[in-house]
Amino acid sequence: MITESVLYSVLLLTLLGGTAAAILYFVSKKFYVYENPLIAEVEDILPAANCAGCGSPGCKAFAEKLVNTEDISDLFCPVGGNDVMKLVAELLGKEVAEKDPTVAVMRCQGSCDVRPKTTEYQGPKSCAISAMIYSGETDCQYGCLGDGDCVIACKFDAMYMDKNTGLPVIITDKCTSCGACVEACPRDIIEMRPKNKRDLKIFVSCMNEDKGGIAKRACEVACIGCSKCDDICPKDAITMVNNLAYIDPVLCTLCRKCVPVCPTHSIIETNFPPPKVKNKKKVKENVKPLKSKSDA
Amino acid sequence: MLKTFPKGGVHPHENKLTSSKAIKKLPIPKFVYVPVSQHIGIPSTIVVERKEKVEIGQVIAKSGGYVSSNIHSPVAGTVTKLDKIIDSSGYKKQCIVIRTDAKNSSNYKEVEFPLKEKIELSPGEILQQITDCGIVGLGGATFPSHVKLIIKEDKKIDYLIINGVECEPYLTADHRLMLEKANEIIVGIKILMSALHVKKVVIGIENNKKDAVAVFKKLLDKKDGIQIAALRVKYPQGSEKQLIKAILKREVPKNGLPLDVGVIVHNVGTVFAIYEAVQYNKPLVERVVTVTGKKLKNPSNYWVKIGTPVKDLIAEVGGLPEGTRKIVNGGPMMGVAIKNTDIPVTKGTSGILVISEEEASRKRVENCIRCGECVFVCPMGLEPFLLMNLSEKGHYDRASIEDITTCIECGSCSYVCPSNRPLLDYIRFGKNIVKKLETVKN
Amino acid sequence: MSIPSIIISASPHVHSDRTSKKIMYDVVIALIPAFLVSLYVFGIGALIITSVAVISCLLFEYLIQKYLLKTSATISDGSALITGILLGFNLPSSLPIWMIIVGSLVAIGIAKLSFGGLGFNIFNPALVGRVFLLISFPVQMTMWPTPLDNQTSISDAVTGATPLGIIKEGLMFGDTMTKISTKIPSIIEMLLGVTGGSLGEMSALALIFGGLFLIVRKVISWHIPVVMITTMILITGIFWMIDPQQYANPLIHILSGGAILGAFFMATDLVTSPMSKKGMVIFAIGIGLITVVIRLFGSYPEGVSFAIIIMNAFVPLINSYFKPRRFGNKIRSKIM
Repeated sequence: MITESVLYSVLLLTLLGGTAAAILYFVSKKFYVYENPLIAEVEDILPAANCAGCGSPGCKAFAEKLVNTEDISDLFCPVGGNDVMKLVAELLGKEVAEKDPTVAVMRCQGSCDVRPKTTEYQGPKSCAISAMIYSGETDCQYGCLGDGDCVIACKFDAMYMDKNTGLPVIITDKCTSCGACVEACPRDIIEMRPKNKRDLKIFVSCMNEDKGGIAKRACEVACIGCSKCDDICPKDAITMVNNLAYIDPVLCTLCRKCVPVCPTHSIIETNFPPPKVKNKKKVKENVKPLKSKSDA
Repeated sequence: MLKTFPKGGVHPHENKLTSSKAIKKLPIPKFVYVPVSQHIGIPSTIVVERKEKVEIGQVIAKSGGYVSSNIHSPVAGTVTKLDKIIDSSGYKKQCIVIRTDAKNSSNYKEVEFPLKEKIELSPGEILQQITDCGIVGLGGATFPSHVKLIIKEDKKIDYLIINGVECEPYLTADHRLMLEKANEIIVGIKILMSALHVKKVVIGIENNKKDAVAVFKKLLDKKDGIQIAALRVKYPQGSEKQLIKAILKREVPKNGLPLDVGVIVHNVGTVFAIYEAVQYNKPLVERVVTVTGKKLKNPSNYWVKIGTPVKDLIAEVGGLPEGTRKIVNGGPMMGVAIKNTDIPVTKGTSGILVISEEEASRKRVENCIRCGECVFVCPMGLEPFLLMNLSEKGHYDRASIEDITTCIECGSCSYVCPSNRPLLDYIRFGKNIVKKLETVKN
Repeated sequence: MSIPSIIISASPHVHSDRTSKKIMYDVVIALIPAFLVSLYVFGIGALIITSVAVISCLLFEYLIQKYLLKTSATISDGSALITGILLGFNLPSSLPIWMIIVGSLVAIGIAKLSFGGLGFNIFNPALVGRVFLLISFPVQMTMWPTPLDNQTSISDAVTGATPLGIIKEGLMFGDTMTKISTKIPSIIEMLLGVTGGSLGEMSALALIFGGLFLIVRKVISWHIPVVMITTMILITGIFWMIDPQQYANPLIHILSGGAILGAFFMATDLVTSPMSKKGMVIFAIGIGLITVVIRLFGSYPEGVSFAIIIMNAFVPLINSYFKPRRFGNKIRSKIM
């Protein structure tokens, strides 16, 4: 009795399994979708980060776009960079453009000590929402809100929120310049600037467009629009728009003449060796404000 | 049975602390800061220069387009600067700063406008007068009133509704105006009836203002065509869609206007401003503002010149009390919390509310317990818990399908949520993004 | 750095007095009359069962949240307390203590926290704990001590069955209802609480009082309890009228078993019930129907727990089908 029931069960299940397998096989053959095998090959070359830095919703979609578009000279994967694009170009036999590497740069130094809070915000901790409700907890309506939308947007762990300063910090070695943080910031404080071999950068770390006195009262290291940097720049790389200085990264030759003349130390230089001449103050990358105000 | 709208609504504590305080005149401020964008639509263009002398009622900024409004000087004085000043939104906006001339007697003259019942202007002239005098909706929306008076050929209006509801807690500006200027308001209504060629009017007043209902009932005659509807107290009765549903049982279609059901709605304050504009050529330079709060020494109602900084009002009621944590421009359900007291009063400021710690601080946010209260109280039939979820996760397509753009931002959902979830914050955010995406698509 | 004095937030700037803590504690208060009755009937056993269930639920929630999930513990919101009480009310007063602890672990750990905590669970946690215990330990879970006259002794009892159990067994043996009715308590006894069963199945009257308290305090709405009980009365009534000897009278069905407890306290659990009134009605009809089917045609004498859990699974569908009508739309919104 027992062996019979075991035999029947085994036979029945085998039959069921076989039928199911046959159905699946026929369906997979009938509804087969042809896909260009090149797409899979290109996808293997791409870095599989799925960060949407290229503009497509994922590496597979970008691979499809690369294979199906005739002219791919304006398509670029920021995470893979020039190396990956060269490999893709070789595989597909198409031309790609070479782009200079860039890195994300945070253009606000308004930490808690130099930019005092005048109101307390209560509500969801999201920069996009608080920017919509009001101008921020300090008197500067252009500066960093400190709620960390950019840190959440970064999929490469290249950003973290510094608890002491209340500002986000970008780890340049991990930054793949995918652009997610630039999108996430509602005030366009993060910018992509060129990255050179030793990661030397000079930029104006401020977005404040208010007139001098008002800007300075809100934040001690704000750009007051005095134009001293513009006057001294030998290459005319600095423009003043709306009381705010901007250094054009293309024209700038990193001569550092502008850094010491700024009265509020608003211009930042990163990774430069200490100056050989006397008394020039240098500011390191993770910015601490130069004047530390003692607590009230 | 008192009428009300059937779906949703909440009953916050009324706290009408100032309903028995007659409207006083606030002393003229030393400086006025007049923003150029006090209305919905295109900001006005400045037509004065620095150091120019201006008179009361002189045009200082001209309407910037069709949906825009003229702005007039509230005081006689000198323009000191054209600068960017922080307004209620917290951002700096273009303002005209005028220093009051203390020696100019027109600033201090008490002008009496006796009741003028005869309407001498034709409908076209009435429209022109309202446009020139810069009248906007004084209920808080600040929609330019003349735009509401221009009706296209294919739309027919049969009812004019006057909104005397004032459903927001604490505010009593409209209530006092109705008690003190009832006759003028009736003349203003007749002016509007003439301009719109409308024969039937209903004044909606909530039943917590029984004295206002009584005053109007006494003054009105059946043959005027004006009726009073005393409504049950419920927030947001004053929202025009809910008001039309309560009084006439007509529902404004989704994404539509009251015009689509043959109705126009105007606030009582606007009607009074229209009366003064049409009968006396007085532009909109002052309005009634309720200054209130539980801990204030003398909360009251005031006639305030546009552009007066809030600190002048606070000083008049005895200064900011100890432990003030929030100052709100408007009522507690839909008002905007302001950063400091330098912010000027604008055409849309119906009240200044001073809140202390117990009421001001938001409590800790907890998980949604799916109680469904937010769905029960939403007057527009939306599902706030779902809309908050979709906005948070970024599913804007689905949010658009769930009608997030029809939200009137009344705040009832956040008010009732037992888990203190910031429903309205996320819904507003999602609404903005969906609107942006829709304009991009079109 | 001192905190600035002015607060900025978006509107609204006031909040109603309703908090989730108040809701939870109202439910606890509503359960007190039934608890007192069970104390009277079962003595210390009732106290032990309920306190073990409550303490282990609170403890497990604290430990799992703090040490496993590494978030802050939320035991003060009262939800674990209610789960503990309701779980206790569903158990016989002679259940070994270690089983109660296992039941609490399943209720809190599996049915509540693994779904995401308060507000994210699909199934009623107390019922999941109870059903788990019923299926895993069927013998101990169906040993109902008889209510003793002596209030202070713990039951070392003669095990008796619940009225529904007696009915089921009797019908299986071919007895008619008139014969069976002599063995079960009368209607009055069931109303007041002198009957066999779990702690919460004792006094229908005490439970109804608690339920009315909740409806008056606006914690629950009347739709689910009324519709569920009406459905049960209607369906059992139809069968009873067809053959009164084979089917028990509807009043017996309502007053025995977990029908009243389920209708007022378990099915109305805010998290696991639908959010629209029409949805609640469909939900309640479903529960009533499934309960009666299990009771009359299934092998279990009692079906409320299973019925509620099955209908809990349908709640997301009910919610997305019964959307409120949008203002300005003539028809109800479409299904998503």
